[in-house]
Amino acid sequence: MNTPIDVGTESITLRINDQDVSCRKGETVLQVARENGIDIPTLCYMEGLSIWGGCRLCMVEIAGSPKLQAACATVCTEGMNISTHSPRLENYRRMIVELLFAERNHVCSVCVSNGHCELQAMAVKLGIDHVRFPYRFPHLEVDNSHDRMRMDHNRCILCSRCVRVCAEIEGAHTKDIKGRGVLAAIIHDLDQNWGESETCTSCGKCVNICPTGALTHRGTAVGEMTKKTTFLPYLTLMREDQP
Amino acid sequence: MKPEELTAMAEKARKQDAHFAHHIHVCTESGCVSSQSDVLLKNIADQVQQRGLKDTVCLKGVGCMGLCCNGPLLKADDTMYQFVKPEHAGAIVESLSARPVTELVCDTKQPFFTRQKLIVRENAGLIDPENLADCVAHGAYRALLKVLTTMTPQQVIAEISTSGLRGRGGAGFPTGLKWATVSKASGRAKYVICNGDEGDPGAFMDRSVMEGDPHRVLEGMAIAAYAVGAGQGILYVRAEYPLAVKRLTRAINQARREGLLGHGLFGSNFDFNVEIRLGAGAFVCGEETALIASVEGKRGMPRPRPPYPANSGLHGCPTLINNVETFANVPAIIERGGKWFAGIGTEKSKGTKIFALTGRIKNTGLIEVPMGMPLREIIYDIAGGIPDGKAFKAVQTGGPSGGCIPAEHLDITVDYESLTKLGSIMGSGGMIVMDETSNMVDVARFFMEFCKSESCGKCVPCRVGTYEMHELLDRICNRQANMADLNLLKDLCDMVKQTSLCGLGQSAPNPVLSTLRYFENEYLKLIQSSPTNSTEDGAKHVALEVLS
Repeated sequence: MNTPIDVGTESITLRINDQDVSCRKGETVLQVARENGIDIPTLCYMEGLSIWGGCRLCMVEIAGSPKLQAACATVCTEGMNISTHSPRLENYRRMIVELLFAERNHVCSVCVSNGHCELQAMAVKLGIDHVRFPYRFPHLEVDNSHDRMRMDHNRCILCSRCVRVCAEIEGAHTKDIKGRGVLAAIIHDLDQNWGESETCTSCGKCVNICPTGALTHRGTAVGEMTKKTTFLPYLTLMREDQP
Repeated sequence: MKPEELTAMAEKARKQDAHFAHHIHVCTESGCVSSQSDVLLKNIADQVQQRGLKDTVCLKGVGCMGLCCNGPLLKADDTMYQFVKPEHAGAIVESLSARPVTELVCDTKQPFFTRQKLIVRENAGLIDPENLADCVAHGAYRALLKVLTTMTPQQVIAEISTSGLRGRGGAGFPTGLKWATVSKASGRAKYVICNGDEGDPGAFMDRSVMEGDPHRVLEGMAIAAYAVGAGQGILYVRAEYPLAVKRLTRAINQARREGLLGHGLFGSNFDFNVEIRLGAGAFVCGEETALIASVEGKRGMPRPRPPYPANSGLHGCPTLINNVETFANVPAIIERGGKWFAGIGTEKSKGTKIFALTGRIKNTGLIEVPMGMPLREIIYDIAGGIPDGKAFKAVQTGGPSGGCIPAEHLDITVDYESLTKLGSIMGSGGMIVMDETSNMVDVARFFMEFCKSESCGKCVPCRVGTYEMHELLDRICNRQANMADLNLLKDLCDMVKQTSLCGLGQSAPNPVLSTLRYFENEYLKLIQSSPTNSTEDGAKHVALEVLS
């Protein structure tokens, strides 16, 4: 995994979307764009964690470079001329988000993260109203073994933010990835149930960093939000006792 | 080892060799071993023993002689035999002092043998890869000796640059430039990695080099290490090549014992060690950053570049990564000079290239030909054309990252540029020939299935894109697709190519793009004959899927 790039003191200038901006040497295109109010979409990027470069939503065009570059992993150089929102890029971004929806079972209406999900928000932002690709509808497990947290693989987009925060910030490295291609999945320790993990410190950072409803606190699912009705029969009793 | 000891070792082995009246060489590489050449070798040894010919017959297990489809191959003095079974051992030994066994003779005058030019494989079929003295007698470590005693690292790099050698792993990056970059990079240590994770379907060039001439690879790595200032080499070999691993391990141990690896080679102050790392069967580990992650003990996944391994590679140190065949070219270039090497091949592609010929051709096997040989000559002369009177349809080069070249381009020359121009790549050198009966959409589907299951899963375009492309190809093959599906497939190809993280994803659409380029009518024919064919848009499909 990459370590965050050292930022130096020397400053340089470059152009983003025909706007002249300056930055310190060593800063990435994504950092500079955001500092200047240009919103490049990302899902796997998280400030403070190592660069992953997996969601490919932050791809930008750099004049003179035949290939698109991921803004999160590209360090600014003097005189760079960057375009972040061309129709072509927007089209690619839409396709990528559509692919994420087609990959696993993202059903917003019954998801605990409905309304506060980064994937959902991204789809709205990019104007996605339908998915062109065949849905995969995989059969995936929900790991309900941890007493405070839950992993629902149906909602996971494999951004690896949980893996990185667990390894790099908490220092536990409980989580990692197994498998290849669409069969890749988040695992705990040696592919054990989360509740049986001996390294998990139950710190909950992974839940709070997860962009979707894949990692959640227990008790937040619709079925779990039942009311405590056991005291209701005593209501009349309580009244009768009163003089 | 001292310089004079190497010469003495070679002299001694040569003298021993000359003392035999007859020589029998049996191919002991994976291809021939799979048809019992190991049993054959043992049977011949028994026969030689029984007949009391131990002092007159020199029996050797050697590297690949090329014509794998006719194996096991065997060379007895100047006669080559094909399809030799273990029970033929007696007849072969008998023939040494009599007439050849005519029904088994393989004609070495055929174009398959005469049109080749051997540089990397010059010793295949001559040396016993498990016998260091034999390898040394045929010139092993002579180039390393020359480098360490008479050349500076800069001179070595200059020689490689002059030769015009380009990476044989696929992309064709100039080797001299890569070496120069690593040599100029600074770090607390430097590494040289040999990429032996050959994973393309239908490719076995590197396996053959590692099995047939392991010392050549080690020598190339040692020369590279001297040139760039590295002290440690790593041979990354896929575990699916157990024989190559065995021979390389043995070669490393022999070289270490004789002081050809280790401290102060040939009395210089240059130290070099090599260790083997096994790949666990992931195609993506052929990608350099994923390979480095794998060597470091991490999950084999690529990372964004830059920084390139030349500046920050293994353990964050400058690292030189070259392919097996690239390293195997180095000793010859050093010995005979960069100018000699640059005289072979075309203007931009120098030297020779090994190709693994497979598919619908008469002669399948390994060939080494000069760059720039017309494709027609390779297919019709060397490979012997298409069997059963069928017509040639296309040749697939470059594996899952490459493309198909149709019959109308048979007259192109095979070099990096002309293959790229046709939408294919040189790749590592696999050539899969297809005849008129092949279904090109099915070919694209096959390679997409490969990419789909070999995608590491890190980036979305490759992970899900290859899955969806395979799904769409599957629909087309099963006559369940419409034109909207084809257009969606084209859009996906473009997106995956442009946005994927590493070379695997960026080149995964190539088999589709190149078959679409030359054989779009096959796609259209399948779509037009689909019962579901109509112009309805993709959205309806999704709805249908949800219902089913």
